[in-house]
Amino acid sequence: MGGDNFNTSTLQHSNTFSPEALALVKRIIARYPEGKQKSALLPVLHLAQAEFGGWLSTETMDYVASLLGIKPIEVYEVATFYTMFNLKPVGKCVLEVCRTGPCMLRGGDDIIRYLEKKLNIRDGETSADGMFTLKTVECLASCGTAPVMQVGDHYIENLSCENLDGILDRLRADHERKTS
Amino acid sequence: MRRQLLLKDINVPGIQSYDVYRRQGGYTAVEKALHEMTPEQITEEVKMSGLRGRGGAGFPTGLKWTFIDRKSGKPVYLVCNADESEPGTFKDRYLLEHIPHLLIEGMILSSYAIGAHTAYIYMRGEFRWIFPILERAIEEARAAGFLGQNILGSGFSLDIHVHPGGGAYICGEETALLESLEGKRGNPRLKPPYFPAVMGLYHCPTLVNNVETLATVPTIVTMGGAEYARIGVGKSTGTKLISASGHIKKPGVYEIELGLPVEEFIYSDEYCGGIWKGRKLKAVVAGGSSVPILPADLILKTAKGEPRLMTYESLAEGGFQTGTMLGSGGFIVMDETTCIVRNLWNFSRFYHHESCGQCSPCREGTGWMEKVLHRIEHGEGRMHDIDLLDDVAKKIEGKTICPLGDAAAWPVSSAIRHFREDFEYHIRYPEKVKNPKHFEIEPLTPQRHLATA
Ligand SMILES: Cc1cc2nc3c(=O)[nH]c(=O)nc-3n(C[C@H](O)[C@H](O)[C@H](O)COP(=O)(O)O)c2cc1C
Ligand code: SF4
Ligand code: FES
Repeated sequence: MGGDNFNTSTLQHSNTFSPEALALVKRIIARYPEGKQKSALLPVLHLAQAEFGGWLSTETMDYVASLLGIKPIEVYEVATFYTMFNLKPVGKCVLEVCRTGPCMLRGGDDIIRYLEKKLNIRDGETSADGMFTLKTVECLASCGTAPVMQVGDHYIENLSCENLDGILDRLRADHERKTS
Repeated sequence: MRRQLLLKDINVPGIQSYDVYRRQGGYTAVEKALHEMTPEQITEEVKMSGLRGRGGAGFPTGLKWTFIDRKSGKPVYLVCNADESEPGTFKDRYLLEHIPHLLIEGMILSSYAIGAHTAYIYMRGEFRWIFPILERAIEEARAAGFLGQNILGSGFSLDIHVHPGGGAYICGEETALLESLEGKRGNPRLKPPYFPAVMGLYHCPTLVNNVETLATVPTIVTMGGAEYARIGVGKSTGTKLISASGHIKKPGVYEIELGLPVEEFIYSDEYCGGIWKGRKLKAVVAGGSSVPILPADLILKTAKGEPRLMTYESLAEGGFQTGTMLGSGGFIVMDETTCIVRNLWNFSRFYHHESCGQCSPCREGTGWMEKVLHRIEHGEGRMHDIDLLDDVAKKIEGKTICPLGDAAAWPVSSAIRHFREDFEYHIRYPEKVKNPKHFEIEPLTPQRHLATA
């Protein structure tokens, strides 16, 4: 992981959790024994990523460190290890497409190539309109309904180059409805 | 007739909820255990059942429970391994999503048996929609008096919490999982001294079991270990969930009685329904991406010519020369158009990507294998690359902190052993393999291209 992952972004976001999120953090910490609040790091990082625009900036990670009473480096080393955490800004909708063997056997490669072409981006990049980020991931434990991708809280299964256009349109419409 | 223990109620409408699960006889095993049985008796039943870990290693579950250090004076933890990230495996997800109370019931029984009062379910973070399902199930169980303080007036107390992973295959390895649960990078620990049963979570005695293993415990308590042991063949007792994927007509999760012939599993309409598109079978990876690949003839019959069965022993028959492993039950089927090199390159990329990087043979070796396989697959390989690959695989195997190194090496050695002609074809016809669909356009028929007979 390069140092540029830790550059401050120009994207502004509020740097503190809402009162509801803070209450949730408290409940998460309570799952672990006294003095073991570092265990709450992964769940709190997931919460932070969800609350702060889909990625973790240095400020966000420092904030999480302060909430858990641990050193910022302890957060950085964890955030860089786990692939679910995005260390750069992402599009409004992240398409996490499985690239592993069982999906490939049923056309996973074609799905990735189709998306790259259609959105005019490569793996890891965001479309010019800021809508979609393409991120290939390893086996999602959904090989029986391959090929598959994760979008937000859900999997979209049995993908094909024929049904992808409709899926992208639906995701775009969903997003517009939510923000309007 | 096919016997279902884990999935028998999976299609009952509403089985996700406590009420329906209870109506189907759910939680009676907990009542029986807490009212009539001592923790030692439960462990004894599990031992007698012959149940073996369903996470991949197949270690006898009851025996594992007896390793828990109960005299340390420290708290004992139960951790359910719901990381499910071995490529080709998707059966735990099926249980977690559709019948969460079965796992919770199993965890109550197991915690009681080992004396744990806190249990964690470490679930892969990608299963985002399953977190609320599990959390609701836990709340329902608590409201019904099956979790919390003094369960059913027995004096036994238990809390269960769900913990998300962050997207790292290595966190399925039990010591890496515990590091991760402590909020650290998922670097596997050295054994000794860090045997989980003695020095596990927070350096306390800890039992780590797979979702399916724990979900089997209620059945064992209800029917008795001896009765459970009558299902299956020899030391492969009971039923097992198989995740079937790849080039078959009916991919999905199937519960089989151990001992089912592999041929029946692949071709019967009750299970995979045969190979798709009217094609022929080329190869199977029978136990998740980490186990040796076998060609069609050797997966259907052992080298001795006996029918291969879905058991730990039969799949391993012939050792690494001609056998494989049941592993996690991730059954990946490949038809005659599959390129073994491409598939192997894909798996090697996976292991390289997922190596935690602690040991140099694994960190460097997986990278080398990926690179060499990439070049062979893309028509840039040389004949001696095949032996180079084999050599790198041998230099990883057995020389690392955790078994991920072996898991990366075995697929490579076995693919070269059984499919050398696929590799040689790539080197001989570099132009033809530049199209990623080369074997779909022109399937490789064995012998024709074989340089060394
Ligand atoms: C690299 C690696 C990945 C593993 N992934 C998983 C997994 O995803 N789920 C699982 O239950 N066990 C996994 N295991 C096996 C665990 O280390 C451990 O043996 C298992 O959870 C024990 O439970 P069981 O005895 O009930 O099978 C993995 C092992 C290795 C070496
Ligand atoms: S074998 Fe690989 S994954 Fe396992 S500890 Fe060593 S480097 Fe990490
Ligand atoms: S390989 Fe894609 S979900 Fe398993």
